[in-house]
Amino acid sequence: MITALSALDVGQDTEARDAALPLLAVENLTVEFTTASGTLRAVDGVSWSVRPGETLALVGESGCGKSVTALSVMRLLARPAGRVTGGRILFGGRDLLALPESEMRALRGRDIAMIFQEPMTSLNPVLTIGMQLAEPLIIHLGMSEAQARVRSVELLGMVGIPDAERRLRQYPHQFSGGMRQRVMIAIGLACDPKLIIADEPTTALDVTIQAQILELMKDLSRRLGITLVLITHNLGIVARYADQLAVMYAGRVVEEGPADRVFRAPRHPYTVRLMRSVPRLDQARGGALETIEGLPPNLMDPPSGCRFAPRCTARIPVCDSDPALRPVGDARRAACHRAEEMPGAVPLTAARPAAAAPALAAEVTPLLQVRGLSKHFAVPGRGLFGKMATVRAAEEVSFSIGRGETLGLVGESGCGKTTVGRLVLRLEEPTRGEILFDGKDIAKASAAEMRAMRTRIQVIFQDPYSSLNPRMTVGATIREPLTYRLNMATAEAHDRAASLLRQVGLPPEMAERYPHQMSGGQRQRVGIARALAMEPDFIVCDEAVSALDVSVQGQIINLLAELQAELGVAYLFIAHDLAVVRHLSQRVVVMYLGRVMEVADRDELYAAPLHPYTQALLDSAPVPDPVKERARAPRALRGELPSPLAPPSGCVFRTRCPKAIRECAEIIPPLREIRPGHLAACIRI
Amino acid sequence: MSASTRDGPVMAWRRRNPVLGFIMAQPLGAAGLVVILVMAAAAIFANVVAPYDPEAIDFLAMLSPPSMEHPLGADAFGRDILTRIIYGARTALTIGFLSSFLGCTIGGLLGVTSAYFGGRVDLILQRFVDIVLSFPIIVLALVVVAVVGHRPIMGIDLNLIAAISIPIMPRAARVIRSAALAVRAMPYVDAARAGGYTHSHIILRHMAPNVLAPYLILLTAYIAQAILLEASLSFLGLGVSEPKPAWGLMLSGDSSNFYQEAPWMILFPGLAISLAVFAFNLFGDSLRDWLDPKFRT
Amino acid sequence: MLAYAARRIALMIPTLLGVALITFFMLRVVPGDIVEVKMRSDGGYVTQELLASERARLGLDRPLVTQFGDWMQGLVTLDLGTSMWTGRPVAEEIGVRIGLTVQVALMAAVIAVLIAVPLGTISALFRDTWIDYVARIFTIAGLAVPSFWLGMLIILGLLTVFHWSPPVTYTPFFESPLKNISQLIWPALAVGYRYAAVVARMVRSSIIEVMKEDYIRTARAKGVFERMVVARHAMRNALLPAITVIGLEFAFLIGGLVVTEQVFNLNGIGRLFVEAVSRSDFILVQALVMLLAVVFVSMNLIVDMLYGVLDPRVRHG
Repeated sequence: MITALSALDVGQDTEARDAALPLLAVENLTVEFTTASGTLRAVDGVSWSVRPGETLALVGESGCGKSVTALSVMRLLARPAGRVTGGRILFGGRDLLALPESEMRALRGRDIAMIFQEPMTSLNPVLTIGMQLAEPLIIHLGMSEAQARVRSVELLGMVGIPDAERRLRQYPHQFSGGMRQRVMIAIGLACDPKLIIADEPTTALDVTIQAQILELMKDLSRRLGITLVLITHNLGIVARYADQLAVMYAGRVVEEGPADRVFRAPRHPYTVRLMRSVPRLDQARGGALETIEGLPPNLMDPPSGCRFAPRCTARIPVCDSDPALRPVGDARRAACHRAEEMPGAVPLTAARPAAAAPALAAEVTPLLQVRGLSKHFAVPGRGLFGKMATVRAAEEVSFSIGRGETLGLVGESGCGKTTVGRLVLRLEEPTRGEILFDGKDIAKASAAEMRAMRTRIQVIFQDPYSSLNPRMTVGATIREPLTYRLNMATAEAHDRAASLLRQVGLPPEMAERYPHQMSGGQRQRVGIARALAMEPDFIVCDEAVSALDVSVQGQIINLLAELQAELGVAYLFIAHDLAVVRHLSQRVVVMYLGRVMEVADRDELYAAPLHPYTQALLDSAPVPDPVKERARAPRALRGELPSPLAPPSGCVFRTRCPKAIRECAEIIPPLREIRPGHLAACIRI
Repeated sequence: MSASTRDGPVMAWRRRNPVLGFIMAQPLGAAGLVVILVMAAAAIFANVVAPYDPEAIDFLAMLSPPSMEHPLGADAFGRDILTRIIYGARTALTIGFLSSFLGCTIGGLLGVTSAYFGGRVDLILQRFVDIVLSFPIIVLALVVVAVVGHRPIMGIDLNLIAAISIPIMPRAARVIRSAALAVRAMPYVDAARAGGYTHSHIILRHMAPNVLAPYLILLTAYIAQAILLEASLSFLGLGVSEPKPAWGLMLSGDSSNFYQEAPWMILFPGLAISLAVFAFNLFGDSLRDWLDPKFRT
Repeated sequence: MLAYAARRIALMIPTLLGVALITFFMLRVVPGDIVEVKMRSDGGYVTQELLASERARLGLDRPLVTQFGDWMQGLVTLDLGTSMWTGRPVAEEIGVRIGLTVQVALMAAVIAVLIAVPLGTISALFRDTWIDYVARIFTIAGLAVPSFWLGMLIILGLLTVFHWSPPVTYTPFFESPLKNISQLIWPALAVGYRYAAVVARMVRSSIIEVMKEDYIRTARAKGVFERMVVARHAMRNALLPAITVIGLEFAFLIGGLVVTEQVFNLNGIGRLFVEAVSRSDFILVQALVMLLAVVFVSMNLIVDMLYGVLDPRVRHG
């Protein structure tokens, strides 16, 4: 490991790098937004630069100003609310902020291209792909329509879209999310730009598709010598693809430098803690996750000194004065008074008592037993009098969960994991199968039986913004189950609500607040308190931490683990993030296109996955370690997720499986026990 | 990190004093509200404000132009037009508000219920709504008036209110349903279902309060529509009947025969209708901007 | 696309049947029936026998279900029955008046769309400037001014300014286009103002929404000229919801004409309807209601078909 690193150091000659003029230099940029609540300085004196041919990653949590910075470069801020109030943006020596709009327009799409986060909404739904692709060619390069078509075919080929001639005549809705993002890349590449800015280009995509898109972008930018600015919150992506790294916090750059050096020894306590708080696939799972307590400051009224100081465990008196972003050696800069002492000066959080339950005890009677569960949705099809088509959202799903245990349920979008969760809650009616909860079948329970059982099964949802009724105070939300279901008296309910709030780490005074007056993490805590109010035996956590920023995500994961240790509640933990699932679960179920692919104990599954799909999933997720990432070969799983309306015959995974043979199309592989307690549905094992 | 530090001036006003906050953010809407309040005051205190008895016939003043005695002139029976406009506000606002309230509330409840249950209940209710929507508003109101006739109780024609509120119902049902469908898909509704609450509890406590914004917007918009509709029906002689003062009525009958010689007979009542409807629309538009988070920056 | 059209047409049938059912049975609960109203208005003493025989002549003594069946059968064969008041076939009563009403409605629609689309677009693009304020006040006023009063004002204005009033007798277009238009343009303006206001408001809000879409940002990021961003990327998306409003408001335009025809002394469908209602001539009323429902449902169909043509998501969906 040490030799690999020093080899990298030699490869990047500091002197030579500094001599090269940056292609793009953002200098002391300040951006303000006017809102109904006042003026917000979203970007406050930010500077970074990127040299020709490099890939710079701009990293930070939501609201740190990374996207606003990128939009400012393009001068595409939503006006009149947002405006640049200071600084320069030098591109090839010219200040973009001083250019007349006509020259700026001529530059967009020609010299600087941008790729956005949401492939589903970034293309115009009523124009053909061909038209949208030809547009920059005709405008900037003066091509004729025929020339533009030839070039468009070539571009679609470059981004890996087959059958280009036909695809050019199609509309965006006929493309999948991954394919649309490929089209966006083709549009970006159209005029051979010098710089591409990609704003969270894969955040909306599944992990296997994310790997395809990122490999494609890396490959093309290297081959065509395009400079790349990659905006992301995912440290794994940074580790794999970035040369340079700039970390942003609360509207400022707190650290900048070559990616591998920053990863190896971060110089800012925020970077240090951010890297420690990510649940990781490549390291043995320890006890509680390290977290960054507290919240980022309010940018309407930022603290006067170091903006991270209120959350910093390495804070000293001098932190009351604002630290400048200054060189700290090794071609790096950091905005911390104690940069030279980092990362050592940030103490590791004292390891809390191992929160997670011990490894699986011998199966007694499980709390929840799901057998042969299927759910088919009828959706209107095409044609006269609309023949209904069937989506098999879940097919023959079986698993069981013991008391006080956590079962992880992972898979990409459309795999049926959420449907399974909703079936267990009986928010959907199952088509077939049984769901035995403590011996009683939820699938067949009458309305009255179900009502009785609902106090024992609760749910926590993904989106903290929409999982609480905006018209009810936090207190009313938590007291509702107490008074309406447990028939508690008002005074008693108030006391109980206060103790529940304390239990989830919120001050009881928060009961008076409305959801919009809280942060995402606080709302998620309220959601947990609501679920706990009924004193359930079992909670379905449907992507319960997916919408949260890394530092907050860690807090909630720890809270869930602590509550389990304390109350002995069982979880069905549904998520798409393999590392998060690993952190919380004792057993893991992997699903794909409505079917279970593999079931195993957590450690076994992550150490020795059997099913080719599980292997691909684990392979696709980059880990936040540049050394490991660069040593790994490209391993994107080929192909697209098939439509759930027309799943492949036989094994549903066979169309993308590297090990598929002819028989896979004929046999639906049964889930069978390959090793003790380790089941997989594949005939090739 | 307290909530108040997060807010600037407008947000703070919004919570501390919603009325002042509304005036600051939506001056046009506030102007509309002022007009509405003035009209409402005039309607309530008509017997104090109005210079004459609205039904008093004075043959000496027949068709007299605006003057000191009759600021807005007099009609073919010599009745004071200003007085009749002030009393007409009573009719217009009462019928406008009650019809819109009835139509939006019943329609809204149907819409929320339809969206909550979905499936067959939704299908049947929506078919019914489709059918009733195929009648143009005034046509349906006319047919209902023809069928039920008139039945004034305490000076309020209940059947006329029914005739105006029935065409409003399906329209309100449709708008509220689509808003409620979005609420139905919210995880907090699923959480309530998972909590095992009764259907009526979920509909009334979790769904209805969250469609309050579109409901209020509809309510104001349909008050405007109802005032216009009442005027149209009265103009056609099928709404409020003589000698009761109503704006639409003041434009019909003798007015429509003599207005070329005595234009004040139609000018001022028409202005009254337009001003009232304009004020409600202005207020409704601003209310929508104010309540719709999409329009907040 | 054809299959889609066929399906939509098939779906119209239950709606129209529902309209027929509601109309028919609602009109049958009228307390005082036409026979009494008509005979008593002639003055003099009317015997029960006379009423009964008149009822029998009109077929009103048969069971309601039979009457409904006959009406349905008539509707299918386009035999709409006989007016109870004038004694002439309903089809004939409608036939002589429909041309005028349709012409006024079409003129109003054309005027309205020609004003509304540019007005709404400009209002949206100059949002929160004085141009927008003027346009918005103009459109909110359009919703507020009753069309029949506006009609009176127009007549009054023509009289005081030009000392001219529009002709009162109807001249068919092909007899004398000028005379025809000089008569019908005024009611078209009177009802078209509201129509224009509704459409302009829709166009405005729809363009404001579309301009916030991600694909508009994409177009700008490609370096597309701003006017092309509006013309090519925004307008096509923004006009889709506007088409719905244009279509549905056309059906309601006829509702507006119900009142406005009185003011201009036009003998059209609207006036016929008001007369039929005030005389409880429910054979005529139900025929007219069905006619309006057919217009409404057909406009819906046309809007949906247009969506199919203009929106690829519907076309290939």
